[in-house]
Amino acid sequence: MSTAEAAALQGPVLVPTFAPVWTLTRRDLLLAARRRVEALLPLGFFIAAAGLFPLGVGPEPQMLRQIAPGVVWVCALLAAMLSVTQMFSSDDHDGSLEQMLLSPLPLTLQVLGKVCAHWLSTGLPLVLAAPLLGVAFDMSAPAILTLVGTLLVGTPVLSLLGALGAALTLGLRSGGALIFLLVLPLAVPTLIFGTGAVGAVEAGLPAQAHFSLLGALLIFTGLGAPWATAAALRISLD
Amino acid sequence: MFKNHSGLTWFTYAAPSRFYGMAGKAIPWLWALCLALTVAGLFIGFGIAPTDFQQGDSYRIIFIHVPAAWMSMTIYAAMAFFAVLGWAFNTRMSSMYARALAPTGAMFTVLALWTGALWGKPTWGTWWVWDARITTEFILLLLYLGYMALTEAIDDERRAANAGALLALVGAVNLPVIRYSVVWWNTLHQGSSVSAAGGNKMATTMLVAMLIMTLAFWAYSFAVAFTRARAIVLESERDTEWVRSLTRG
Amino acid sequence: MYWNSFNDFVHMGGYGLYVWGSAGMALLLMLVEPILAAKRHRRALEQAASGDNE
Repeated sequence: MSTAEAAALQGPVLVPTFAPVWTLTRRDLLLAARRRVEALLPLGFFIAAAGLFPLGVGPEPQMLRQIAPGVVWVCALLAAMLSVTQMFSSDDHDGSLEQMLLSPLPLTLQVLGKVCAHWLSTGLPLVLAAPLLGVAFDMSAPAILTLVGTLLVGTPVLSLLGALGAALTLGLRSGGALIFLLVLPLAVPTLIFGTGAVGAVEAGLPAQAHFSLLGALLIFTGLGAPWATAAALRISLD
Repeated sequence: MFKNHSGLTWFTYAAPSRFYGMAGKAIPWLWALCLALTVAGLFIGFGIAPTDFQQGDSYRIIFIHVPAAWMSMTIYAAMAFFAVLGWAFNTRMSSMYARALAPTGAMFTVLALWTGALWGKPTWGTWWVWDARITTEFILLLLYLGYMALTEAIDDERRAANAGALLALVGAVNLPVIRYSVVWWNTLHQGSSVSAAGGNKMATTMLVAMLIMTLAFWAYSFAVAFTRARAIVLESERDTEWVRSLTRG
Repeated sequence: MYWNSFNDFVHMGGYGLYVWGSAGMALLLMLVEPILAAKRHRRALEQAASGDNE
């Protein structure tokens, strides 16, 4: 269903201006729920890819503990990039993307709504699955907690950046690999601060600075990326 | 729209045909300038400048490494500038020039990384060092490759130009953030980072040589970017009258 | 001149491999790139010319 139809189902226009955005979020989550297997593929990739590392580098716990933050974070990044290719293409195919552009609601806010849905359906599962990987990599409890915390703040950033990549490459054959190449440089700070936080906690140091930096990144990206994504969508569709 | 008399305006070379002519005349001069500056720079840097107290003669790599790194960053800024200009004012020549700059910028990034590695080996013992500057340079290479890949993957010229402009802008805005995070990451993992330039107390001859080499690389960049831009102009403007008269004559 | 002999110059205080490896790569890249660009220009000219003759 298009945003207009879904918004019409909301009832009389007594709702605050932001409501249609969450309508879009709900619609995307509904669509994801209908294709549950597809929606869970990134999670499966995340666990499988991360789980591959001990098989490749050996089961020695001390080394696993050392590489764990980096491995989990890189796999989260890869899973996010894989999941983001479909963000706008299905809307593009059924015409709802054009409706989004024509809608009186600012495209930036609509993008934000879609990114929220993407994070809820793809990013949040990664956050919840991370403790399992933490245990598999023999991480200490404080380290696992920190890892989950950094992913909680960091995966929304990945969704925001991924949306930009998806909008720029809309309709292109190159797909996932190109998105990865475009988004990877932008995701480096998140990766660095995320893994740095876990490393700090493992060394017995406080991770407050890292989380502050991650939070700042989230705000910075949250303010800039949806606008840039909206611009990219207009460029791709004109 | 554009002035037709011979007075130059800011928009004179926005017309691909005029750019094509101007660039064609300028290229030989740019090569001559590049050659002269390179000979002078290398003469001073490799021939006259004294050896470094700590590093020995391996330091002379900076006369190539530092100018290459500077160019890689300058060209990225220029590329982003012209791309965004083309996007904002809908001037196709600006976008074409941005696309012409990209491979040259990427080349200098590769050169900076290569010479950085060759400098790192005798200085720090390993070929590849994840020092902050080299790591940032590597990420800059990825930004270039991303720009080139995106503009190549899109068939529609205008969409390719504008998408590239947005990507270049996003990259330019994020570069300080990326640089900061990499420096932070590097000091975290390596303790005190080795100063690649050997401190501010550089002999005057060394500074002069580095400046001359930078200007030489600048002239080179103009020469190559102009050449490539002329090719891109021909590719895009094939069906226009001025190109037809050009190839007929 | 800083150097006493040509051999000293090539030797570069023992770092010859690194210095000339850098200079060599620079020369290589800065020769290949303009040649490729010139080739692209020539190809574009030919294609523009051949397109007219149809």
